[in-house]
Amino acid sequence: MEKTIAGRTIAVNEEGYMTNFGEWNKEIGESLAKEAQIDLSQRHWDIIKYIQDEFKKESPLSIRKIGKSGVVDIKEFYALFPNAPLKTATKIAGIPKPASCI
Amino acid sequence: MKRIVILGAGTAGTMMANHLRSELKKEEWEIDIIDEREKHYYQPGYLFLPFDMYEPEDIVKTIQEFIPKGVRLLQDKIELIDGANNLVKMRNGDQLHYEILIIATGARIAPEEIEGMKGSEWQKSVFDFYTFEGALALRNKLREWEGGKLVVHITEMPIKCPVAPLEFSFLADSYFKHKNMRDKVEITYVTPLSGAFTKPKATEALDHLMVDKNIKIETDFAIAEVDNENKKIIDYGGKEVPFDLLVTVPTNKGDDLIERSGLGDDLNFIPTNKATLQSQAFKNVFVIGDASNIPASKAGSVAHFEAEILTENILRFINNEPLKEEFDGHANCFIETGNGKALLIDFNYTHEPVEGTFPFPGVGPLRLLKESRMNHMGKLAFRWIYWNVLLKGTHIPFVSANMTEAGKHFN
Repeated sequence: MEKTIAGRTIAVNEEGYMTNFGEWNKEIGESLAKEAQIDLSQRHWDIIKYIQDEFKKESPLSIRKIGKSGVVDIKEFYALFPNAPLKTATKIAGIPKPASCI
Repeated sequence: MKRIVILGAGTAGTMMANHLRSELKKEEWEIDIIDEREKHYYQPGYLFLPFDMYEPEDIVKTIQEFIPKGVRLLQDKIELIDGANNLVKMRNGDQLHYEILIIATGARIAPEEIEGMKGSEWQKSVFDFYTFEGALALRNKLREWEGGKLVVHITEMPIKCPVAPLEFSFLADSYFKHKNMRDKVEITYVTPLSGAFTKPKATEALDHLMVDKNIKIETDFAIAEVDNENKKIIDYGGKEVPFDLLVTVPTNKGDDLIERSGLGDDLNFIPTNKATLQSQAFKNVFVIGDASNIPASKAGSVAHFEAEILTENILRFINNEPLKEEFDGHANCFIETGNGKALLIDFNYTHEPVEGTFPFPGVGPLRLLKESRMNHMGKLAFRWIYWNVLLKGTHIPFVSANMTEAGKHFN
């Protein structure tokens, strides 16, 4: 699937997660955040950078891991990305939804 | 004499002891396996024990009886793995030098990770079923329970046998129906994931089960604490789910030995090459089963498929040949759906579970992603296979270590 955002065409899956991280840039991140009704602050960007770095290292992400990252604690993570923070943050960061079983 | 040491005599370690003893010459290689415990539990049985479908004696045997002749079993506590010096240090002061180390120390539940989980209601109205003691205590509770709010809960991923809590919910529905008290029980499934099933094909095929069985679902729930006094679980976002009976799957962690030895990640799982099963820290240390951090299911079937590939890689390592990058994350799981039926799923790192036939393409007799009695019989038969075939490292006919794409409906 494809979608047009921030003036560019990007590949996404049926849930709207980008399937090619190479296509991501800051403007796309901002537009994806708008769709999730989030105004990105510097704190948001700190977290997005952290999860993108972990993704590049192929290190699996979890709420626990973010809580122990030293970047943010879990309470603040929820405050910044309400409801389902990991899902929302990974979508904005342009990386796949963290894996699970079936 | 050269030595291979295997840490842990559970499913994965026992299989490796059997595989390697039949492959390596006794005059050249000593094989030691270390586990401080005496009992070998058939862990899939923990699902059936609470519902009186299995008796305790069905799922417990000794570790000793599955260790082959020519392998030395040491039943002592391991203090430390010293990978830089190729040593395993025992609590009693002994040291073992190894040429090759295989870590198969598994995963355990860690209820202490969540505030209040192991509180005043532990094993009164808060239970786990991932330990023999937990499953047995829960059986006794269910026998006398008069109904109310049953909450089946997953703390965080990864967990062993990721479908077990779902199976528990389905079996609970069936159990209370048979006891003519289903109308007195409200079942809620609480998960940190975005749904009961999260892969598209499985969701399409299986979502109706939750509705049919009248199981409510609460998704994206990241538990912060168990409130023992008011009997509710509370998540970081402030959501609350009240319970009369909480059946939780606590955080799963690798063994404390891994933490003591500085070999694990933040959950004590060991960073491991997902295709070769070699540890990332040391070339002569390999990891199999639940102990590794590879993104495959923590399940006996995965350990079985890994064992076939790891055996070959150890032989290659001994002969200074390049390792085969062959493990594909293959898992094969029966999912009990209650009322004497089950599903079967077969998948790997890259292929999600889909519909089809197994193990013979187009024939079956087992059907993938569809409820059937045959699948349930398969799951029950598996206990016999486990004790008599699987642990001994015998290849299961027609089931290959790598997933086959034939007979599956990918589109």
